[in-house]
Amino acid sequence: MAAGTALEAITMATAEKIAAEEFSAVVTKHRPQIFRFLLSSTRDVDLAETLTQECFLKAHRNWGSFRGESSAMTWLMRIAINLQKDHWRNRRMQFWRQTRSHAVDLDEASDWLPSGERSVEQQLLAKERVRQVAKAVEGLSERQRTVFLLRYVEEMELSEIARATGLNEGTVKAHLSRAVARVRAELGGKR
Amino acid sequence: MSTETGGVGKLTEESDKLDESLRDFRVSVHAWSEAAHVQPRAAFKPERRRIWRLAAGWALSCFLVAGGVSTGVWEHHRQEMKIVAARIAEQQRLAAQEQARQEEEDLLAKVDSDVSREVPSAMEPLAQLMADDETQVSAK
Repeated sequence: MAAGTALEAITMATAEKIAAEEFSAVVTKHRPQIFRFLLSSTRDVDLAETLTQECFLKAHRNWGSFRGESSAMTWLMRIAINLQKDHWRNRRMQFWRQTRSHAVDLDEASDWLPSGERSVEQQLLAKERVRQVAKAVEGLSERQRTVFLLRYVEEMELSEIARATGLNEGTVKAHLSRAVARVRAELGGKR
Repeated sequence: MSTETGGVGKLTEESDKLDESLRDFRVSVHAWSEAAHVQPRAAFKPERRRIWRLAAGWALSCFLVAGGVSTGVWEHHRQEMKIVAARIAEQQRLAAQEQARQEEEDLLAKVDSDVSREVPSAMEPLAQLMADDETQVSAK
C-alpha cells in the first residue's frame, strides 16, 4: 500500500516535471510571436511585454486543461487576444490612465524597415508606405486590426485566425477584406 | 483592347504595390519586435493587483457617501421639526391671545350690561320733564 503511494507520488512528480519541460519549450518557441503580435497591436513595448508575461502566466495556470485540440500557438494567441481586449476595456473604464502614452509614433515604427539592397529613394518610399499601412491599421476597429495583423504580420491561415479569435471563417474574411480595403485606400488606391 | 490592357496593368500595379507595402510592413514589424525583444530591460517589481486597495477605496467612498447623505437627511429632518415646532408654538400663542381677548371682551360686555341695568340714564329725569311739559301744552 505504502509502496503504491510512493510510486504514485513519483509518477506525479515525473508527470509534473515533463509538463514543466513541455511548457518551457512552448514558451521558448512561441514567446517571440506572441510578443510581436501584442507589440504590433499596441505599439507599446512595455505594455506588450507585460501582456506577454500575463499571457504565459495564464497559460501556465491552465496548461493542465490544454487538450491540444488546436495548436499551442493558436491557444496562446487566443489568450493574448483576450488579454488585449480586457486591457482596452479596462483602459476605457479607467480613462484617466494614460496607458497609451508610451505608444511609439508611426514615423518611429517605420524606421525599423531594413534597408536591404534598395536605393535611398526606394528606402524612403518604402518607409512612407509602411507608415501609411501603420496609419491605416491604427484606424481599423479592434477586430479588424487583430485579424489583419494575424494574417499579414503573423501569416496565419484563415482557419487558424478563426480559431484564435473565436469567429467563423466567413466573418474573418469579411473583416480582412474591409481592413485591406482601408489599407489600399490609405495607400492611394481604390476601395 | 489597349484600354483593357491598361486597366488590367493598372490593377496589377496597384496589387503589386499593396503586396509590397504589406511585405515591408511585416518586415518592419518583425525587425522592430526582434530589436525590442532582445533589448535588455531593467527588472522591476511587477505592480501588485490593487484589488484590496480598490475594494477599500470603494468601501470608504460608499461609507462617506452614505454618511453624507444620511447627515443631510437627518439635518433636513431636524430643520423640518424645528419649523413645525415653531409653527405650533406660534399657533398656541395666537390661540392664547385670542382667548385672552375674548375673555376680556366678555368681561367688559358683562360689566356694561350690569352697569346699564343698575344705574339709570343720566338724562332720564330731564326727558321725563320734557315729556310732562309736552303733555301739558297739548292739554291747553
